[in-house]
Amino acid sequence: MTINRRIILTASASALAASLSLSSAFAQKKYDEGASDTEIKIGNTMPYSGNASAYGNIGRTIEAVFKMVNESGGINGRKVNFVTYDDGYAPPKTVEMVRKLVEEDKVLALFNTLGTPGNTAIHKYMNAKKVPQMFVATGASKWGQPKDFAWTMGWQPDYQTEGAIYAKHILETQKDAKIGVLMQNDDYGKDYFNGFKAGLGKDNEKMIVQLSTYEVTDPTVDSQMIQLKNSGANVFFNITTPKFAAQAIKKAAEIGWKPVHYLNNVSSSFGTVFVPAGVEASQGIILALYRKDANDPQWNDAADVKAYRAFAAKYMPQANLKDDTHNYGYSVAHTMIEVLKKAGDNLTRENLMKQAASLQGFEAPLLLPGIKINTSPTDFYPIQAVQLARVKGNSFEMFGKVMANESK
Amino acid sequence: MEQFIQQVASGLANGAIYACVALALVMIFVATDHLNFAQGEMAMFSTYLTWQLIQWGLNFWVALAFSAGLSFLIGIIIERFILRPLHGAPVLSNVVVFIGLLAIFHSLAGAIWSHTIKAFPSPFPNVTFAGSGYIGPHQIGMIAVSLLLLFALFAFFRFTSLGLAMRAAAQNPASARLVGVRVDWMLALGWGLAAAIGAIAGAMVAPAVYLEPNMMASILLYGFAGALVGGIANPAGAVAGGFLVGVLENLVAYFGNMLEKATGLYVVGNGEKLMVALAIVIAILTLKPNGLFGRTIVKRV
Repeated sequence: MTINRRIILTASASALAASLSLSSAFAQKKYDEGASDTEIKIGNTMPYSGNASAYGNIGRTIEAVFKMVNESGGINGRKVNFVTYDDGYAPPKTVEMVRKLVEEDKVLALFNTLGTPGNTAIHKYMNAKKVPQMFVATGASKWGQPKDFAWTMGWQPDYQTEGAIYAKHILETQKDAKIGVLMQNDDYGKDYFNGFKAGLGKDNEKMIVQLSTYEVTDPTVDSQMIQLKNSGANVFFNITTPKFAAQAIKKAAEIGWKPVHYLNNVSSSFGTVFVPAGVEASQGIILALYRKDANDPQWNDAADVKAYRAFAAKYMPQANLKDDTHNYGYSVAHTMIEVLKKAGDNLTRENLMKQAASLQGFEAPLLLPGIKINTSPTDFYPIQAVQLARVKGNSFEMFGKVMANESK
Repeated sequence: MEQFIQQVASGLANGAIYACVALALVMIFVATDHLNFAQGEMAMFSTYLTWQLIQWGLNFWVALAFSAGLSFLIGIIIERFILRPLHGAPVLSNVVVFIGLLAIFHSLAGAIWSHTIKAFPSPFPNVTFAGSGYIGPHQIGMIAVSLLLLFALFAFFRFTSLGLAMRAAAQNPASARLVGVRVDWMLALGWGLAAAIGAIAGAMVAPAVYLEPNMMASILLYGFAGALVGGIANPAGAVAGGFLVGVLENLVAYFGNMLEKATGLYVVGNGEKLMVALAIVIAILTLKPNGLFGRTIVKRV
């Protein structure tokens, strides 16, 4: 008995030693702060309170996606620990929370921090600390500068690209366009407008006959819509967030103004824009899409939409899927999962950025057919293709080809 | 010229929104001598109650009557349980409570009904008539309701003994108590009535701006301006002030826009309309500190 036991013990000990030396010889595990054999720690800030709290659903969805991933074994055997804090959409608070994430919680990377002002406030800090600021939740055009900001990357099509695409479509289809623009008076609005002007070109800028701005504190945009109608514009570029988009669509119908109506992607939602504004009044509105609206009956049979609905039913039963922020969160979270998978056991910050900057033809769930994520060491704009569509009935009718504006 | 009329009409419609909120502010000020910063959020919360009742199948006016009654109760409960211990405390303590209530109602509405904007039905028939291109039926209804509320409030304070007792309780609690007014209950009643007016104001505002937890945040600012410019202790003044602010901001933008079209010179535009309107309000208050229609309150010391 004693001999047997000794033999077994020796054998198992040597087997253990062998396996240990094997693993260290073959898979060189490399970790930065925030990563270990069992865990990957990812940080995030979201406006869970305050004026922009509607976006907080993105954070809740991402959390639910990681929960699903963890329950099915994690990524390469590691659980994702998603640490997300409320910043109330206030940049000073974002800075405070991000410093906590980086210096106290020691996260491996930030992912999908939300808002242009907040991300601007931490932009330099993240790059000085060399901690990835990945797939930020803003469409500003400034997140794709790998030369100066090698640790920051956007995700969605940037506003300038989108604005330029509308301008090109107007030049192609409208002979003598007189353009009226309604614009939210901040960086987001100006980004769209600058891209739009650049798309028209210097010679055609005079086509813009009226630029009316509004402040986010304005109760309504009625006064601006009256200005636009009276300017004689026959084309309308509507750069507004959902509530104001709904108001503008409704008011245009009320005062009998029927221009060719282009609406920014920010407000491309039936649940939060066209239904409140009135589906009747929304017919024919042209917009650029890059994701499938899970409420749109035309995607009922798409595999990714089915998977999304099943996920939502299990992990977010309370969620209102009419709210497009859930859809966004699901899609962007899967992009992050793809990068973490590709990074394998080399979970350094440098490798994470390297993997994020080498996505080729990745089709994140819920992206429209033909729209793929492409990045390279010089192209930090993951999604740069959109599909024009118009509102028809209770759905979007796609037309034309996918319009891409890839950087090299 | 046509645009001028449209801008004035749209300004009046916005003004009616501000006037309704201003009335609720006047109500609470006259009844308690305080300005309630949570008034807007309480009105927003009441509007969600109305919306919920309509979703459950009630008729608009029935739902509104229910939620106004419910808001009245909520107002009384808040006064009895939260503010009563603060009677005699410095004004700043009250202000902190108001700001706390603001945050609580805001988060509560978001948590219960989500932040997605909701369409709110208009109780007024959607008819077209001569001039409906200038102003919609809901806008006219909104103006009518704000005027109705004004007359009701005016009559209440002027002709009922309860109204008189409430004014007395707010302005001079000690003397009021001596002549037999139950001051504590008068304050609670003031809160209840202000909350009920807020429910009506919210139901008028929501069809125009959509229902969401931030609905009242900016409107409250305009309501304050309207109430102050007209005279915070005077319902008629507050309504006039609300309309004034609404029309002023539209006309500032309109004339700025016209000037830019004519001369190419940008002086003011949509971005500055609130600023210019509030600058005018400050100018009025500098000249007439009690507002355009306010009476100077003389206190014997």
